[in-house]
Amino acid sequence: MADIVLDKVSKKFPDGTVAVQDVDLEIADGEFVILVGPSGCGKSTTLNMIAGLEDISSGELRIGGQRVNDKAPRDRDIAMVFQSYALYPNMTVRENMAFPLRLAKLDKETINSKVDEAAKVLELTSLLDRKPANLSGGQRQRVAMGRAIVRQPKAFLMDEPLSNLDAKLRVQMRTVVSRLQKQLGTTTVYVTHDQTEAMTLGDRVVIMRGGAVQQVGPPQELYDHPRNLFVAGFIGSPSMNFLHAAVQDGSLRTALGDVPLGDRIRRELEAADAPRELILGIRPEHFEDAELVDEDTRRRGLEFEAPVEIVESMGSDKYVYFTVEGERASAAELEELAADAGASDFSGAGSNLVTRLSAESAVAEGQSRRVWFNLEKIHLFDPTNGRNLTLHEGRAAGALAD
Amino acid sequence: MATGTETTTRARLRWGLLDVLVVVFALVPVLWIASLSFKTPATITDGNFIPQEWTLDNYRTIFDTDQFVRALINSIGIALIATLIAVVLGAMAAYAISRLDFPGKGLLVGVSLLIAMFPQVSLVSPLFEIERQLGLFDTWPGLILPYITFALPLAIYTLSAFFKQIPWDLEKAAKMDGATQGQAFRRVIAPLAAPGLFTTAILVFIFCWNDFLFAISLTSTERSRTVPAALSFFTGASQFEDPTGAICAAAVVITVPIILFVLFFQRRIVSGLTSGAVKG
Amino acid sequence: MSINATPTGADTAVEETERHATVPAQRGSRRKAPLSENKKAERKLGWLLCAPAALVMVAVTAYPIIYSVWLSLQRFDLRFPDERQFIGLENYVTVLTNEFWWTAFGVTMLITVVTVAVELVLGMGLAIIMHRTLVGRGLVRTSALIPYGIVTVVAAFSWRYAWTPGTGYLADLFSDGAPLTERASSLAIIMLAEIWKTTPFMALLLMAGLALVPEDLLKAASTDGATAWQKFTKVMLPVMKPAILVALLFRTLDAFRVFDNIFVLTAGGNETSSVSMLAYNNLIRGLNLGIGSTMSVLIFITVAIIAFVFVKLFGTAAPGSDDGERR
Repeated sequence: MADIVLDKVSKKFPDGTVAVQDVDLEIADGEFVILVGPSGCGKSTTLNMIAGLEDISSGELRIGGQRVNDKAPRDRDIAMVFQSYALYPNMTVRENMAFPLRLAKLDKETINSKVDEAAKVLELTSLLDRKPANLSGGQRQRVAMGRAIVRQPKAFLMDEPLSNLDAKLRVQMRTVVSRLQKQLGTTTVYVTHDQTEAMTLGDRVVIMRGGAVQQVGPPQELYDHPRNLFVAGFIGSPSMNFLHAAVQDGSLRTALGDVPLGDRIRRELEAADAPRELILGIRPEHFEDAELVDEDTRRRGLEFEAPVEIVESMGSDKYVYFTVEGERASAAELEELAADAGASDFSGAGSNLVTRLSAESAVAEGQSRRVWFNLEKIHLFDPTNGRNLTLHEGRAAGALAD
Repeated sequence: MATGTETTTRARLRWGLLDVLVVVFALVPVLWIASLSFKTPATITDGNFIPQEWTLDNYRTIFDTDQFVRALINSIGIALIATLIAVVLGAMAAYAISRLDFPGKGLLVGVSLLIAMFPQVSLVSPLFEIERQLGLFDTWPGLILPYITFALPLAIYTLSAFFKQIPWDLEKAAKMDGATQGQAFRRVIAPLAAPGLFTTAILVFIFCWNDFLFAISLTSTERSRTVPAALSFFTGASQFEDPTGAICAAAVVITVPIILFVLFFQRRIVSGLTSGAVKG
Repeated sequence: MSINATPTGADTAVEETERHATVPAQRGSRRKAPLSENKKAERKLGWLLCAPAALVMVAVTAYPIIYSVWLSLQRFDLRFPDERQFIGLENYVTVLTNEFWWTAFGVTMLITVVTVAVELVLGMGLAIIMHRTLVGRGLVRTSALIPYGIVTVVAAFSWRYAWTPGTGYLADLFSDGAPLTERASSLAIIMLAEIWKTTPFMALLLMAGLALVPEDLLKAASTDGATAWQKFTKVMLPVMKPAILVALLFRTLDAFRVFDNIFVLTAGGNETSSVSMLAYNNLIRGLNLGIGSTMSVLIFITVAIIAFVFVKLFGTAAPGSDDGERR
């Protein structure tokens, strides 16, 4: 068991590209930390540097208080689970799990008892004599985990360990991983590109983009108080709605109507270099069918009317897609997020608004509907640098804060 | 339901017939030469596919003559040595090609491709002259060298295809599990590479075993003449009256290893030949 | 996916995000940046590992072919070593105005074109059988490999005896005489022997291409109403095209080298010599190094032209075109 500290760790490739830029991160002993971000954000490179599979260009890496920059992976006492599982095909499950112990030159009995114990935890006992080729995807994944836990290392590193499983198994294995980590209490660094995994698994989440850390914090904090446009768009499913907004006469002109502004925001916007164009961000659950909103709540928000395009009934609530007129919000971050989702060249038609309304709403496709949204929960972003303007001392307070 | 099974039986029958056709097409010439090798001098000209009188005399004859036994030793020795060297050099180059990034890689691949298609007869005249000057003419190395050269492209192609299939994540995994570079290679990568090396060795051996042009051009005596070359010199002048039976027996003897390879390693040979074709 | 541990993977990945200012742009200098120690070591290792193979290949082919050009410019007959002298292109004039050369050239071309064409058709059939047969797949593949593996000289002897009156079961099949003593029938038998021996190799290369045709694609074509023939021509052939071209290229150049079968079957009699046979006869039998080398050079040039035409016609479909792929 040990803590892991990254002190201004960078990775520069020989051709000059920077894959990881000055990452500072303190991972406490026993903590479960998730590195998340789109393809090419540097998360896997960071993990490989912790593992020792990749050299650190500059900065310092300490495990258990000891500088390990120049140590070979085998001397760092950490275990890794790979996306491809990397099971040795020529060895049985038992031999796979025993491999690290045999390399550590433990005696036979100890090896056997440790392997049996780990196999029991992961329910692999009946599979111990099989070769990896005769296992299902889920079983292989468990063997890979077994091989990692069997030698009780200082830390676990997991590189997208669940992304080769099918959706249902992935959800199931998520809880297995979570339970196992809590049971063993071993420091764990987990890389994924799936924001749901990031939200559900980690004690803390590190969001990376282009080699740099964007925000670090517990999942709920990242969700409620995203520091910038990128974090806001990356976390949450369906993702936050982004609309173009123009500053005019102390209020914001948007496709959903004029949004009033609180004093603090207004003061900030009156500064000389403040942008005249903003991006308005609203999460789907902060909309509601106007008919279902009581008077008291109504005052804290704003209403608009728009044609209903599609209704997806989820049982517990309804996802309703509206078509709204007006300019699309545009920023580099948004393009990047769209590209990562594979939708950069496919936008569907028009500007869509995703809302999550109560199941009781009588909304129907084809009609027009009045919808209310919560002004206390909206975010405003500066399109030039993506900064969240509604954030004050780390807290988001909506448009009306003063 | 009934029609379903009927069509499948009919389909099976049709495929079965095609299979038989292929098998007959492939085997008849081989069986014919085998049949001749078991015939007595009296019946060898009867044109019967199945020998009327079986005899092993032809085999006794060839194993009694130095001419054949020397040639067999030459064939085995030369093919084995050439195979060993070609596979070792080929594995080194293939590893570099499939795993490392260095300038000149494309050039090497291109050159070996050119050599694979090179008209061997173009080399016969200069090699003949060069080897005479160097004293390599009519020696084992004199044949081993050109064999290695022409086997190398084959070895490099097949091996790089095999190496590219090895999940190299395993090397990383082994390092994480506490292995040194050497241990990772010995206990994880080598066992995985072995089948590819073995398959390549079979292919290269078949190639060397098969050669005729170099064998008759770069040798002149029993010292280094291989079986295919020796076969064409079985004139039957004094040792045997009619060489046909002896030639056939010798032909069968050098076909046996090929048949064994094909029988036991069909799957490997097919995968070796096809993986090289679809570039890995 | 995420950045892989490879520099190349990260290169493109970072490039996309680089313009957004989170990472200071390194453009311009990036390609010329000095190599790290790691990279240098990798290069060195790569060269070191390839050096032995490259050296052997170059020493045994490049040097001799240059030497061969040098020899071809001389009068050099080992029976009259004293008459050795530099004569420029005279050997080339001798060879290119000699009717034996052109006959052999014609024979070689004929054999190449006919055998490759027939092999393509038969090989495709065999490939489909090996790939799709419902019964005895192992048996078919095993027996198909026998012609591939067998020593060409052995097979040639088998065909020779089969077509020789007396020892042969095929000799009386067609004409009354001995087929191997007439030109047309001899050529036909040579081609038969070649086709028998190399069709399996062709079939294996084509089978590799067949394996690339996705099963779903064929199902989709069936649903779209394609007949079996349409599925073959419209779906399978286009997907297999690269494999077909590779197989054709290999086999064409291989067929052009035809030697073993002719040597055993006719020894070049009745004007059935190929260019390889003719060069061999001049060199080893005639001991005329000058003329033999001239033929070697001419054959080399012809093969180079064929290869060049193939690559030009079919573009980069040639195998081994390095796609910079790693791991």
